[in-house]
Amino acid sequence: MIWVIHILNGVAFGMLLFLLAAGLSLIYGLMKILNLTHGSFYLVGGYIGLSVMRLTGSFALALVVAAIAIAVIGAAIERFFLRRFHLDELPQTLLTFGFLFIFADLSLWIWGGDPIMLTMPQIFQRSVPMGYFSYPIYRLFLIVVGLIIASALWWFQEHTRLGTMLRAGVDDAEIARALGINVSLLFTLIYATGAALAAVGGVLAGPVLSLYPGADFDTLILAFVVVIVGGLGSLRGALAGALLVGLLDDFGKAFFPEFALFTVFVPMAFILVVRPTGLFGRR
Amino acid sequence: MRGRIGSFAAGVAVLAVLLAVPHAMRPYYVGLVTKMLIFALFAMSLDLLLGYTGLASLGHAAFFGVAAYTIALLFLHAGVGGWVAFPAALAAATATGAVIAVLALRARGSYFLMITFALAQVVWSVAFGWRSFTNGDDGMPGIARPDFGWSLDNTDAYFYFTLAVVGVAILLLAAIVKSPFGRALRGIRESESRMQALGYDVWRYQFTAFVLAAAFAGLAGALYAYYNRFVGPEYLNVIQSAEALIMVILGGAGTLIGPAIGAALIVFLEDYVSSMTEHWVMVLGIIYVLVTLFAPRGLVGMIVDYRQRRSTP
Repeated sequence: MIWVIHILNGVAFGMLLFLLAAGLSLIYGLMKILNLTHGSFYLVGGYIGLSVMRLTGSFALALVVAAIAIAVIGAAIERFFLRRFHLDELPQTLLTFGFLFIFADLSLWIWGGDPIMLTMPQIFQRSVPMGYFSYPIYRLFLIVVGLIIASALWWFQEHTRLGTMLRAGVDDAEIARALGINVSLLFTLIYATGAALAAVGGVLAGPVLSLYPGADFDTLILAFVVVIVGGLGSLRGALAGALLVGLLDDFGKAFFPEFALFTVFVPMAFILVVRPTGLFGRR
Repeated sequence: MRGRIGSFAAGVAVLAVLLAVPHAMRPYYVGLVTKMLIFALFAMSLDLLLGYTGLASLGHAAFFGVAAYTIALLFLHAGVGGWVAFPAALAAATATGAVIAVLALRARGSYFLMITFALAQVVWSVAFGWRSFTNGDDGMPGIARPDFGWSLDNTDAYFYFTLAVVGVAILLLAAIVKSPFGRALRGIRESESRMQALGYDVWRYQFTAFVLAAAFAGLAGALYAYYNRFVGPEYLNVIQSAEALIMVILGGAGTLIGPAIGAALIVFLEDYVSSMTEHWVMVLGIIYVLVTLFAPRGLVGMIVDYRQRRSTP
């Protein structure tokens, strides 16, 4: 039974990682930006959720406000900064690196240095019995939400007009532009969506992982491992990578607590050696 | 020819000014200039990768920190200093460089960035998490400076020692950059596939450049451990890597003088800002944004552009 619990924990964490990795992957796939600010979107999103919770007590409202606020911030960063360096990888990475530091210091300033947990909604503060153990409902909720978002993203990408444009843009932005697709708007839209997904991840993670200065970098690193394993630019890769890394992380922490990071990084190194562009990466 | 004499004369002038520093400045500023020299070397080592080979690494602090920790661990756990610790620190940094190079060079571009970033964080997490061995967060104070026949304990002596070591390292770096090996690196930066077609073993050149850069970063790290008589996990965290990267870009990548100027500016600015507010990390972030927007080729690049504009009316 203990195995089932570890597997559920790993999958739940994997779903949170998927929310980050999906955005990271879509943004890179479409505009070739390695978005380091993604760590900030996760942490600041969580903190905004925290403030909304304190003000209103509503978890749902916290999710919505955090997602919208971060989407707006993301859209502004894309419009006013990243856009100037289209397809120029290094300056774009440096800009996102700079914003990562600015947001890290800003959130330390506003929300302080102590780790804070979000209170979870009343209905999730229970456990379901599972053999000799009981399992917190909230983590099951995380798994369900993750699966719903993953299916929604997949449906969006495969079955909507916008998703078709997105796939066209990923394949060849120039040709897509020539075909009359408003690539410029698409860029802002996808960047904002990716940012909002990370913010949702931050709020959802709040009740289980706590928000602290440095969570932006820690989570970003794990999201990197996810996309290195899964391959940048692929939704399927992000999901597979996130589940793998989530499980490895949980089993590592449970069975080799002092070398937890190595249980994640050794498999990453192995995959790099075998497939440098990840399991589902192109090229 | 005129250029070579000019740069030689400039080098002599800079050296003369630096030699006079302990006579002209208060000890605090002698210490600050020592720090500038150490970070100039650190930034130059990164430029060997970024500016000359075209490989952008976000994890260069790993090598700096591994060397510093080697010095601290050898001294505080085994009482070993100077003659043994210095080469051991270089060896440790070089070995770490070789391991990370093998993994990171499987990939290019964004993947390379992510892998160097992630692996450097692994090294950081070991220093941060292995409390019984590294003291974790608290760091390791109480490292005695080496005694190579004369004492380096006072500020001036350590300044001259640093100046000598960094000076020799810069001459070595200049020789590397000018050599056929250095020219091949620049060729790889411009076009990997063309160099491959010309029969160069691109991977081997990149690997060698990476390991050399790690070794020089390790030298800077060893100097810094003795400079502070302390090491802590902040030596190898991402902020340290970010500082090195912006030193190179602010000064001008692909030159040796650029990173040195960038290092001096950033060290000075950090000292100045930290004396007023706690928000150095935010200032660092803002510098990143401003440099990327307004001086993408660095200060040296701006000067070159200005000269070209004047000479071609």
